[in-house]
Amino acid sequence: MFTILSRIIHYGFKNFWRNGLLSTAMIAIMTLSLMVFSGLILANVATDKAVSFLKDKIDISVYFKNTAPEDNILSIQTALEGLPEVKSVEYISSDKALEIFKAEHANDPAIIQSLDQLGANPFQGSLNIKAYSPDQYEKIDQYLKADALVQYIEKVNFAQSQTAIEKLSSLISGVNRAGLLLTIILTLIAGLVVYNTVRLAIYSNRDEIGVMRLVGASNVFVRGPYLIEGLIAGFFSAVISTVAMLVLVGLVPWIFSQSASSEVALPGFSFNGYIYANIFKLFLYQLVFGVGVAMVSSFIAVRKYLRS
Amino acid sequence: MIVFQSVSKLYNGSAPALEDITFKVDPGEFVCLVGKSGSGKTTIIKLLTGEEKPSKGRVFFGQYEVNKLGSKELPPFRRHVGVVFQDFKLLPMKNTYENVAFALEAAGRSQEEIKELVPQVLDMVGLSDKLANFPHELSGGEKQRVAIARAMVHRPEVIIADEPTGNLDPFNTWEIINLLQKINQLGTTLILATHDKEIVNNLDRRVVTLDRGRIIRDEERGKYILV
Repeated sequence: MFTILSRIIHYGFKNFWRNGLLSTAMIAIMTLSLMVFSGLILANVATDKAVSFLKDKIDISVYFKNTAPEDNILSIQTALEGLPEVKSVEYISSDKALEIFKAEHANDPAIIQSLDQLGANPFQGSLNIKAYSPDQYEKIDQYLKADALVQYIEKVNFAQSQTAIEKLSSLISGVNRAGLLLTIILTLIAGLVVYNTVRLAIYSNRDEIGVMRLVGASNVFVRGPYLIEGLIAGFFSAVISTVAMLVLVGLVPWIFSQSASSEVALPGFSFNGYIYANIFKLFLYQLVFGVGVAMVSSFIAVRKYLRS
Repeated sequence: MIVFQSVSKLYNGSAPALEDITFKVDPGEFVCLVGKSGSGKTTIIKLLTGEEKPSKGRVFFGQYEVNKLGSKELPPFRRHVGVVFQDFKLLPMKNTYENVAFALEAAGRSQEEIKELVPQVLDMVGLSDKLANFPHELSGGEKQRVAIARAMVHRPEVIIADEPTGNLDPFNTWEIINLLQKINQLGTTLILATHDKEIVNNLDRRVVTLDRGRIIRDEERGKYILV
């Protein structure tokens, strides 16, 4: 068993080396496919970041009448936090709202002065509510319309931003769905391209496979080296594609000049940073995809010639 | 040792390739299978190596009933049979030594055995100086000698040669035929399919003549006679 296995591995490497041109072509095509594949991963990460960034910007605020007792506001907050749709509720008391306003306009003496002249605090207490998903705001809005609550509430700003939220919400789910579909289709294409390359390589060896069978080689012994070749090609493709990705990413600031880095488009997120931090994971994904597709393709493609 | 029992073979739709073939080959015999192209020589060989299954009848080889072997049992069975083809069927990416060694490696033989046996057989076919050459660097006669070395390296009980001289000039033809005779003299059964009249008449061995899928003549010390 061990002799057979070591011979299979030996032949896998030897064939890979001797079929130099074919092996190079296979690696080239697999590298391109893997770059598409890793491009998809990065695109998904970027859209995820963009979407969650947008999602985070959405909230609804409930402004309470000045007559509403703070205890009631706090109990409404607790009740809201109990809702399954609600991610977080932040209470901003009228004092705090005033503080924030003052801090924001500290450099604007006219405004501070007019506030002082007003004497009383013009701000209302409010709750900032964030939901898990944008399409849940409608429900929260409904909840706030309950009779027991309406008496304390001055206004809910959902109505004003409703169309914006709905548009964004459908946009986000659209982007997510399109991204998923695109990922599936392109992954499939990349997989098929690799499969076809492997199939052609093995097709050119079909006579050899027949000869091996005729001199008494078992199916495992015939198929094994092709699987090893697939494994080697997958490994090299993953390495090359990862290196290519690093080089490309390194070029990004140079291409867009220094001023327009990717951080401008997506605050708090940098492509380079993400790739450098996750390079090992990205390499692993490509390795699994490349080696997996190549070996499965070899397995299927050889099977056809192992029947007689 | 080899027995064909009322064997018929039909390929889809066309006239039968073999019809009701019955014959026997004893150990150590040298049998010529003769007949025109399409008379069924190659079909008999394919049935014997298990490449094809008979439509009717049974094929025995020693303790094996060849027509019943599944794709798992075929590889070990084939190590008892050495086959030589008209088109050599060498592995183009392997050199002379590796082509011969491959048959032993596939059978799981040890590296020591391989290192001992392969040079021995290659010496016997006169190719000791071409171990590292690839098939495309060899002449037709040399290629066929590599193929014969490969066929005999695991000492099979029978060697089947399907038109082994079809692609060779007269000089190389006789080299190959003499080599096959030598192998037969050492005790290996030999089945030679050919349509070369001169070879058959000069060999003066058993001749089984086929015509349109039937055996029309089976003579000890026969001649090449069609019709």
